[in-house]
Amino acid sequence: MFRKRFPPEEERRVRANDREYNEKFQYASNCIMTSKYNVITFLPVNLFEQFQEVANTYFLFLLILQLIPQISSLSWFTTIVPLALVLIITAVKDATDDYFRHKSDNQVNNRQSQVLIRGSLQHEKWMNVRVGDIIKLENNQFVAADLLLLSSTEPHGLCYIETAELDGETNMKVRQSVSVTSELGDPNNLFSFDGEVVCEPPNNKLDRFCGTLYWRDKKYTLTNQNMLLRGCVLRNTEACYGLVIFAGPDTKLMQNSGRTKFKRTSIDRLMNTLVLWIFGFLVCMGVILAVGDAVWEREVGSLFQSYLPWDPPVNNFLFNAFLSFWSYVIILNTVVPISLYVSVEVIRLGHSYFINWDQQMFCSQCNTAAEARTTTLNEELGQVEYIFSDKTGTLTQNIMSFNKCSINGQTYGEVTDPLGPQAKRLDFTPFNPLADLDFCFYDDTLLESVKVGDSHTHKFFRLLSLCHTVMSEEKSEGELVYKAQSPDEGALVTAARNFGFVFRSRTPGTITTTEMGRPVTYTLLAILDFNNIRKRMSVIVRSPEGRIRLYCKGADTVLLERLHPCNQELMNITSDHLNEYAADGLRTLALAYRDLSEDEWEAWSESHRCADKASDCREDRVAAAYEQIEQDMMLLGATAIEDKLQEGVPETIAVLSLANIKIWVLTGDKQETAVNIGYSCKMLTDDMTEVFIINGHTVQSVRQELRRARERMIELSRTRDGGKESGMEGWGEAYFSGNGLRGGQEGDGTESGGGGGGGGKPPQCPPPPPPPPPPPPPPPSPPSNLMDNVSGEFALIVNGHSLAHALEADMETEFVSTACACKAVICCRVTPLQKAQVVELIKTHKKAVTLAIGDGANDVSMIKSAHIGVGISGQEGIQAVLSSDYSFSQFRFLQRLLLVHGRWSYLRMCRFLCYFFYKNFAFTMVHFWFGFFCGFSAQTVYDQYFITLYNIVYTSLPVLAMGIFDQDVPDHRSLEYPKLYEPGQLNLLFNKKEFFICITQGIYTSVVLFFVPYAVLSDATQSNGVPLADYQTFAVTTATALVIVVSVQIALDTGFWTVINHVFVWGSVGCYFSIMLALHSQSLFRIFPNQFHFVGSAQSTLLQPVVWLTIALATAICIVPVLAFRFLKLDLKPQLSDTVRYTQLVRQKKRKPAGRSVGSAWRGVGMVAEGRLGARGGSRRSGYAFAHQEGFGELITSGKNMRLSSQALANFASRHSSSWIDTLRRKKHNHTHTPPSASGECSPAPSCVSGSLPPLSNSSSVLGGSQETPIEEETVPACDVQPVPAVSTKTHPAAAAGPESAAPPGPAQASSSSVLGSSAVRCHGGDSPGGWTLSLGSVQEALFGWKGFAGRSGASNSQGLPPVAKETSHIE
Amino acid sequence: MGKVKGKPGPLARRPDNSAFKQQRLPAWSPMLTANTVLPFFYFMALICMLLGVWLLLTVQRTQEVKMDYTKAGECSRCFEKLKNESNAGQSCICTVVLHIEKPLKGDVFFYYGLKNFHQNLRRYMDSRDDGQMVGRKTNLKNPSSYCMPFDRDQNGLPIAPCGAVANSMFNDSFTLYYNKLGSPVKVPLLRRGISWYTDKNVKYRNPKMDNLTLAQVFEGTAKPLFWQKPVYELDPFDQTNNGFINDDLIVWMREAAFPNFKKLYGVLHRGDDPFTKGLPAGTYTIEISYNFPVQHFQGRKELVLTTLTWFGGQNHFLPIAYLVTSSLILLVAIVLTVVWWKFGKTGMNMEE
Repeated sequence: MFRKRFPPEEERRVRANDREYNEKFQYASNCIMTSKYNVITFLPVNLFEQFQEVANTYFLFLLILQLIPQISSLSWFTTIVPLALVLIITAVKDATDDYFRHKSDNQVNNRQSQVLIRGSLQHEKWMNVRVGDIIKLENNQFVAADLLLLSSTEPHGLCYIETAELDGETNMKVRQSVSVTSELGDPNNLFSFDGEVVCEPPNNKLDRFCGTLYWRDKKYTLTNQNMLLRGCVLRNTEACYGLVIFAGPDTKLMQNSGRTKFKRTSIDRLMNTLVLWIFGFLVCMGVILAVGDAVWEREVGSLFQSYLPWDPPVNNFLFNAFLSFWSYVIILNTVVPISLYVSVEVIRLGHSYFINWDQQMFCSQCNTAAEARTTTLNEELGQVEYIFSDKTGTLTQNIMSFNKCSINGQTYGEVTDPLGPQAKRLDFTPFNPLADLDFCFYDDTLLESVKVGDSHTHKFFRLLSLCHTVMSEEKSEGELVYKAQSPDEGALVTAARNFGFVFRSRTPGTITTTEMGRPVTYTLLAILDFNNIRKRMSVIVRSPEGRIRLYCKGADTVLLERLHPCNQELMNITSDHLNEYAADGLRTLALAYRDLSEDEWEAWSESHRCADKASDCREDRVAAAYEQIEQDMMLLGATAIEDKLQEGVPETIAVLSLANIKIWVLTGDKQETAVNIGYSCKMLTDDMTEVFIINGHTVQSVRQELRRARERMIELSRTRDGGKESGMEGWGEAYFSGNGLRGGQEGDGTESGGGGGGGGKPPQCPPPPPPPPPPPPPPPSPPSNLMDNVSGEFALIVNGHSLAHALEADMETEFVSTACACKAVICCRVTPLQKAQVVELIKTHKKAVTLAIGDGANDVSMIKSAHIGVGISGQEGIQAVLSSDYSFSQFRFLQRLLLVHGRWSYLRMCRFLCYFFYKNFAFTMVHFWFGFFCGFSAQTVYDQYFITLYNIVYTSLPVLAMGIFDQDVPDHRSLEYPKLYEPGQLNLLFNKKEFFICITQGIYTSVVLFFVPYAVLSDATQSNGVPLADYQTFAVTTATALVIVVSVQIALDTGFWTVINHVFVWGSVGCYFSIMLALHSQSLFRIFPNQFHFVGSAQSTLLQPVVWLTIALATAICIVPVLAFRFLKLDLKPQLSDTVRYTQLVRQKKRKPAGRSVGSAWRGVGMVAEGRLGARGGSRRSGYAFAHQEGFGELITSGKNMRLSSQALANFASRHSSSWIDTLRRKKHNHTHTPPSASGECSPAPSCVSGSLPPLSNSSSVLGGSQETPIEEETVPACDVQPVPAVSTKTHPAAAAGPESAAPPGPAQASSSSVLGSSAVRCHGGDSPGGWTLSLGSVQEALFGWKGFAGRSGASNSQGLPPVAKETSHIE
Repeated sequence: MGKVKGKPGPLARRPDNSAFKQQRLPAWSPMLTANTVLPFFYFMALICMLLGVWLLLTVQRTQEVKMDYTKAGECSRCFEKLKNESNAGQSCICTVVLHIEKPLKGDVFFYYGLKNFHQNLRRYMDSRDDGQMVGRKTNLKNPSSYCMPFDRDQNGLPIAPCGAVANSMFNDSFTLYYNKLGSPVKVPLLRRGISWYTDKNVKYRNPKMDNLTLAQVFEGTAKPLFWQKPVYELDPFDQTNNGFINDDLIVWMREAAFPNFKKLYGVLHRGDDPFTKGLPAGTYTIEISYNFPVQHFQGRKELVLTTLTWFGGQNHFLPIAYLVTSSLILLVAIVLTVVWWKFGKTGMNMEE
């Protein structure tokens, strides 16, 4: 606060070791203060903050009004008691929060650091560090302030830091000091260092720093590479010295810890609107009554003046009316009671605790329970319509495991009987002391084959141990740690290691391995590096025997083309295997080698050198050189790596999409990977009518692709609907006759030009479309309302570069309307910023509640911009969790969070609000009616204590109990019937209409509550003749009737009577009577006669039978219509929840033998599936799914990095990575080696399927609700050979005939044959519909209703289909 | 949260498996099914019907005689006289004649009623000092500011009882004569025990006497402006009925909730013939000391004579309301039954 007075810094000047000089500028010290208050300032500051809340100020204003005697219609305490309560509760909460902040501040400020003072290192607390000090950091220490790195113990002034706290990235980064200072070295030299740094003022840009160092009359430019930022941790560096540039609040860390955006729920916003309306209503009431008062005072009051003269300052009726207005504002203010906001907070807090306490959202493997980090968003969890999910780490575990392989035509790793006894995990240790203990493999035939010395197997693993860019670190003998650039590579090298081909170390020119216990050193001649176009990498090594051999691994599509013709037979077999693996959703690679003669090598080496040195088109030439040598290779086999899905992901996605939640996957991954995962987690299914791929590189092509997708959708849904909707048909007719399919086909040309960038050109540059496509006349884009009722299941896959165009302002709507018509949307190659943009797009265009879920720092932006951000507390640091609203450790918990907690929260909140407004209108409006009888004098109907206590004592707890504990259906039911989630999305339970119903009911109640006692009491007398029409009797009667009516109403509203509800409801009524009797007792009156003048009213009134008859009558009149309406609604238009509740109630469950209980079955499977990729149909081959980066091989061979520790190397490359995502992905190598925490994780064998499958019971209505096909049809496999097009054909835009079309045309013949083959297999499986002997895959298929084919049939012919990405380019 | 980290191992942070935390508390989930709602409606209708009939029969047994005497007969003279402000305070006595067709059997209660008199105005109701009326001496001499402008008289003397309520106390008095065969017999009225027990014994107390007379206790206070007699001389016949515990004052001080109200004046004393069985039919003459001006606020004054049953005086609203409610509930019940029978039957079934 103080610093604000100085003019903002223009530039910062810091002179090393010169405190006097630096003090001139009064830079902030290194003491940080995140706390807001101290003991003295707490009260005023906190109060000031609290009164910035409109509600609090409003009540303060009311309080002031009440202090004016002419206006005060209520005693001041009716407002101050609740207000004080609210303020105190909030203040206590703030104080506790601040206390913990103080504690952590103190802890941080008192950390020790070594400061160079007068030539010697002294220990100082962090807070005493000043700008311009030189401090010494040691390994694993936190950086105390933003430092300029001066020197370090590592060569060249390098040092390594981990920035997890700063940006969430757990990988290490390297920093280097300016060369001139890196020589300074020891403290004595540093003490004499007196350079001056001139740099930019403090800012929050983490990746930018610019400044200049002036030293010895020379200038040195400083960049972010020279800076160590506060919050980082020094790693792998013994010590380093740094000059403090920014301290304390000026550091980038602190500058970045800005206020997070405060999220409000839609209910919040609605509530605020309604409160405003109610204020308006209040003013209207006040005006009506004030006008009434004016008239009354003029007509009657003025005549009544002898008995009640006007107050001296008031001498005309108009002024009187003015005062009356304010008086009525005071007494009617209870329509918006202050307790509303507090109660809402309390309820949300309760719900948050329930989320934290939920055992079913506790992950025992990682020992983390779910956590509601924000307590204010719970009910919005019940309204989510769009989920934006990250892929890596969210849907997948991000653990790669070597799963299967095919060696010389023999496949290994097959778990023969998934239902049999759990396959034993192989124990490698007796065979190989260097084995990685965490490696899981189950097929001992492979190990046998290694042991007997099968040459192919040996070659296979030798290749895996040589052909890679992994770095190893051997901390002690035999304790190897691999630093792989991509987790796939790590998995492969680890596999080789366990099978006896241990990669030990490498130098720029050699690779040392231990082959079957024998150390071997190969000379590394060349690394033919990976890139996205080549989709393969090779190494050329010379064995100790002098043989030169090229080892290559790569995507099967590219590798199989480059084999020696004699491999044909093996290739066919391997290809089948590859198909099989791909069908299982595994990532595959083909391996091959080639023996080179010395001459060949020499010749190639020469040409390579030549190409390398070429100044122009170097890359093309090098690629050509690589191409030249990677020919005529001998196939060794193939590997299959499993990218483990998280547990229960497909099930969760299935359930969520049944709940009508649209799931978009936004991933930084490549398209192939993303599509693969899309299939394996059932987002994409073979049942889908069509999968569109938007892959254009130019605005035009993207627009065209989008348009074509929409046309297809309309067309397909028209064929499906059979022209049911005539309007739509007409439109489609008109449109398609114009430029229907032709235009579409022409568009294909552009697409293949754009999408097939893989053909040979770097994908970055937009390729010039070879035949410039005739720009089709832009047809009017189909109106969005047309898009809304497109039926059929479509999926959209958008590439990052296309997304950039699609997000441009003029294409936004087109993109949204296309994407929202699709059931599944996958965006790949998306940058973090784009993720946020997509979320924002849906937020603005769809007005729907969005939820973003992710685990990495790249998801932070979308987590922050979505309505609800969920962080997966996984392996990628805590950045996502920190910025999230909810966090848990497994994706599958999302369904419970939304369908159970969210649904309940929404339901409870809505019921709470409805009742709350009802009860306050019922309570308050009685005053309004009374106004007409008391001369508009703002006389209250009730005792002032009743008014004070009504909201905070008599009626608060039952409604709170309902708001916290109510359940309409039990939790497992809402998971079984995801449709129950829909009312929340449609905002049905509390909206303006419901609100009006509530207040109408409230007003009706108030009418009854006023006029029934009025009519009865005005004439009645006690049984001893004393009239009952006195004010106090009337007040007590009305109040009692009110309490009873609202209690009966809450009893009706409460759907779930726990003990607590009983205690609260009965307790509140009891409380009312006892408090009333106490307040009307003689003893209180004797002490304060003026305050408790209702003495005796309670006894005297409640003893009268007439009073009870009146109360009973009023209650009946109030409740009977409500009961009748509710019964009618339930009877005529029962909601799904009512039905479910009803069945629950009568436990009337019919069992049909044919069907399956999906609801409970999925749970069984969820437990079993164990994160395995489900088997999947279609012939989609995983591509070379490496998250590989080019240039790594070069780095190794150049030896540049060899003096660095190998770990640092892995990160070294990150500097020239422009893509954040790549950086993120690269650090995954850590995880391949993290020990799986439980053995269960690496047991893909679902041993307990049969045990855990629940008995068949029928609740197929679940699926039937949203899927056209009845479930029975799906469980019975399609024996008739009806070819259902696989995705490969679907993506074929020319196959316009729709799903019923016959076998797909030409180029996709392979797939069609595989379709046939697989249906045969399916027939076989179909013989046992009971499902007990079905494989897990079939069980899943049956459950999720997709039909798989292809893959498993060994009969399908060889030519594997290219991955989906390729397909689009193949068409034509 | 905040739990002691006692449990080691992988489940250390596992939430408790308590029914409360897992939201599995045993609970009753009622539902509005036809089996419960329809019988309930018929039952309600029946109950209301029975109550209504019973109440109606009870009410039929009560009798009520009302008479507006604001300008009735002779009293119009007094009415005109009081119109002139200067005549306020002068007493005016008039008589009115009341014919009772049927004898009022049992206890007969005698009320005075006021119409359009707003005892329920906020400022009017606040204008009193309960501390003074409960006999606190400090309040006696220093009336609460709420009593303004009726807290002190022109001389600055504190008014007892202060405030607008007391000031405007109804001060007509009635004497009832039964014209038994031409010779009027005074109808004996009990003027005591007409207020709440708590009012008489707790809420209104005279200041501590300490062997002083009431007049001495109230020395130094002034009578309310509109009063003719000071508070300690309200009942000339019964010294114990004077001061703040005067029954008429207490009855008046219990403000009515609505502008038209009646207040108990007295109860027939059934000691002597011909009143042992109530009031016999015939002609009654009422002698009214007509003091209370109502004309300037367009009010009316009336006399009410009623007999009572266990639930009070004549009150037709309650039985009729019950009967109407009962028939409406019955109607609703029938409609609901029909709807449920015709349309709603399949609604609840969720068989596929």
